[in-house]
Amino acid sequence: MIVGFTLNGSPQRCEVPAHWTLLRMLRDAAGRTDAKHGCGEGVCGACAVFVDGVAVNSCSVLAPQVEGAAVETVAGLGADGELHPLQTEMVARGGVQCGFCTPGMVISAVEAVRIGAAGSEEEIRHSLAGNLCRCTGYGKIVGAVAAYRDGEPE
Amino acid sequence: MSAVEVKTRRRVVGSDLTRHDAVEKVQGRTAYAADFSLPGMLHARLKRSDYAHARLARVDTSAAEAIDGVVSVYTAADVPRNTVWVDVPGQTLEVGALKARSNVLADEVVRYHGEPIALVAAETEDAALAAVDAIAIDYEPLAVVDDAERALDPDAPRIHETGNMLAHWELEEGDVEAGLDAAEAMVESEYRTQFVDHAYLEPEAGVSWRDTDGVITIRAATQVVEHFRDVAKILDLPDNRVRLITPYVGGGFGGKEDMTVEPYLGIVVALTGRPVRMVWSRQESLMARQNRHAVRMRYRTGADAGGRLVAMDVDILSDGGAYALLSALVLLYSTTCAAGPYRCPNVRIRARTVYTNHTPCSAMRGFGGMQVALGYEGQMDLLAAELGIDPLELRRLNFVERGDTLPIGQPLETTVELPALVDAVTDRLGPLPEPSGRRRAVGRGFACNLQPYGRCVWLNDWSSAWIGFELDGTLVIRIAVPDIGGGQASSLIQIASETLGVPPERIAIHIGDSALNPLTGTTTATRQLYMSGNAVLEAARRLRERLAGVAAELLEVEPERIEFAAEGVRERDGSRSLDFKALLAACASVDVAWHVLATYRAPKGVPWQADETWRGRVFPDFTYGCHAADVEIDLDSGQARVLRYVAAHDVGQAINPQSVEGQIEGGVAMGLGYALSERLVFEEGQNLTGSFAQYLIPTAVEVPDITPVILESGEGKGPFNARGIGEPPIGPPAPAVAAAIHAATELRLTELPFTPERISAAIGAREEAADATS
Repeated sequence: MIVGFTLNGSPQRCEVPAHWTLLRMLRDAAGRTDAKHGCGEGVCGACAVFVDGVAVNSCSVLAPQVEGAAVETVAGLGADGELHPLQTEMVARGGVQCGFCTPGMVISAVEAVRIGAAGSEEEIRHSLAGNLCRCTGYGKIVGAVAAYRDGEPE
Repeated sequence: MSAVEVKTRRRVVGSDLTRHDAVEKVQGRTAYAADFSLPGMLHARLKRSDYAHARLARVDTSAAEAIDGVVSVYTAADVPRNTVWVDVPGQTLEVGALKARSNVLADEVVRYHGEPIALVAAETEDAALAAVDAIAIDYEPLAVVDDAERALDPDAPRIHETGNMLAHWELEEGDVEAGLDAAEAMVESEYRTQFVDHAYLEPEAGVSWRDTDGVITIRAATQVVEHFRDVAKILDLPDNRVRLITPYVGGGFGGKEDMTVEPYLGIVVALTGRPVRMVWSRQESLMARQNRHAVRMRYRTGADAGGRLVAMDVDILSDGGAYALLSALVLLYSTTCAAGPYRCPNVRIRARTVYTNHTPCSAMRGFGGMQVALGYEGQMDLLAAELGIDPLELRRLNFVERGDTLPIGQPLETTVELPALVDAVTDRLGPLPEPSGRRRAVGRGFACNLQPYGRCVWLNDWSSAWIGFELDGTLVIRIAVPDIGGGQASSLIQIASETLGVPPERIAIHIGDSALNPLTGTTTATRQLYMSGNAVLEAARRLRERLAGVAAELLEVEPERIEFAAEGVRERDGSRSLDFKALLAACASVDVAWHVLATYRAPKGVPWQADETWRGRVFPDFTYGCHAADVEIDLDSGQARVLRYVAAHDVGQAINPQSVEGQIEGGVAMGLGYALSERLVFEEGQNLTGSFAQYLIPTAVEVPDITPVILESGEGKGPFNARGIGEPPIGPPAPAVAAAIHAATELRLTELPFTPERISAAIGAREEAADATS
């Protein structure tokens, strides 16, 4: 079947089997590998993307469900080749090590700040609880999110 | 403390330089192993054993081959050389020289749940999956050995013809029984650790294709580009017909040290001539890839009335799983570290690792040196209680120092700053937090450790690096280092920049390619900064010396007065200067090359002999640490919550302090998962923990605020006197949490992980006992 949606602002039409997930459509049909396959069962969060502005695990959404929707991946966050301010904080504060969880982590963090779920360190930690990271111990990521929320560039 | 405070002023080394790879990664631009695709590529999948131990009576692939889109289905008979022999360097007592044998695809017998039996290559991923399901296998189940003690029974089923003993190390220094008899206090306990998974976020993956001249080229997530040789042997090709490229890897921690997808990719390309991709699912990664050894330790430790250790008797039994892999070496690390960072005149260590029908165990961060921390630190806490001495005071009385020798004969050549590390941790702790409610208790625990960095000295380890200028004055580093997320590449840029003056943003580094870059060895054993850092430093120094000579002639000053800066060279305290472009032109005119290939060679040593009297050096050096945890226990649910954590290590010199903090914080988080929640569960050899919903690694909610403390003694064997820091932080968390739980509840828990079930059961048992006596 053909799924029509916008991907990082550009119209996209992908021909995919109906059982494919959004993640698989992004990676194998649309050629967008910035959403990562970490577990395939909605636990690790590495595949998180925005669908109509809401962060979802793209491995747990079927491709046909985004018909007509606006899909945004981590690569679509920055404007004109510049990093999104949260991305800047993640880099400057050591929130990126192996980088595999990073795309999903950034999506969840941007949403947490946008919806007001990053008011305290504890709130940030709960907002990121659906994004596993095995390298950093999370502290530098939490620090980056707090700095982005407060608009204090490193 | 004076040695700790001495610092040399440096420009780039020692700064929180932004990692070049982070900018790409944060935008999702980095092409990891699974992100690569090739025109016309096939998709490969493995059919894995449903049984933990069985004879393969029939493997029928005909239905699978008939599926539309399936190109081929391979079994053991199709693999050019199906048996992989790995020489495990050194020898082990009783077992003798070890040649670790494993099969690429199972042949006649499967020995663990998830062992690969058949390899499918198909035009699409869906066809490959359908073919895996269509392979018909008749298993004749064999008796499963799922317990290390049971494996040693004379009547236990033999997993391999050679018997179930995989490796055995034994040593005795002094007279342990006499020492224990004479001890004022003696404590005895058993400790048990569990199987755990590396659980990096990037599952195993790669692509492969035939490149120019038919060289089989594999681009895969690995910690070891030298596996090109192992693939060549499997394919029965000369070593130089296989090339391995490793892109930035999404985490390793030892789990990508043994081969994963590499042989299967090579087989499909060699037999079909077509490009191929193989990506393991998370379920495969958790179920069928090697784990950390589960270990049972028995310790008897004696001290005199003043608290000085007089004797230690250690018995270690580890479950190596179904194939040998690196178990013998992992056990050697346990043997070397078994007594901890403590002096003791009489020590006996018996360490054994056995075959079972569990998933094979092999390398994981800490590599046998970390499990024993639960034992030796648990003993120090027991002894402190027995003698009525403060646990940290007891440790201070017994810390090893420079010039001491570990029981195995390992000399300690560099400073041991454990007293300063203890001070650093206690200084930062503050008061113990109050419990957050009724039926809650808070306690504080400490743990210290030592962990080697660098490979065993008798492996004659070396690293090579190439550094050269480009004509525009930019710099290039070529080195086959795999970067698995720790900043392995970016720290080399800092070292080159420090030495040659070129700013980091004008340096490019080409990594992880066995064909085009100098080999630098594995990103394992906390060796990469130490080894490849020294190689890059050596290359940069020689290049600097060479260019300084040319510059000195041109500028008519002494070579010693030539300084290297961002744009070129200049005369120190003078006005003469030359930009790099002009300097390179001058070099060309006098036939001086502006690139250097350098090799760093690690210290050598006498190989271990199968002789109980052998004593000697095993490792180049060690990194030491002290950690503290404040833990709150919910006395009803048994839930342990870590409130605060401080972790201090002497790293000699931090090349990039932010990266060092990242290693410490990440190691602590992984160590806390080990302490509290992570556990691979097997039932008669069947792995029941094949998903992240069952295998629980810590989230941002469980990991507390971690305070990393970097101590720089200025002593270490790495570049600028750095010590390795990749593995060391994983050791102390479990014993620190155990001590904190005891401080909060007076319960001595000795079996990992300390789950709510175990804690509440222990609390319940104690309350029942109290009720019974009242």
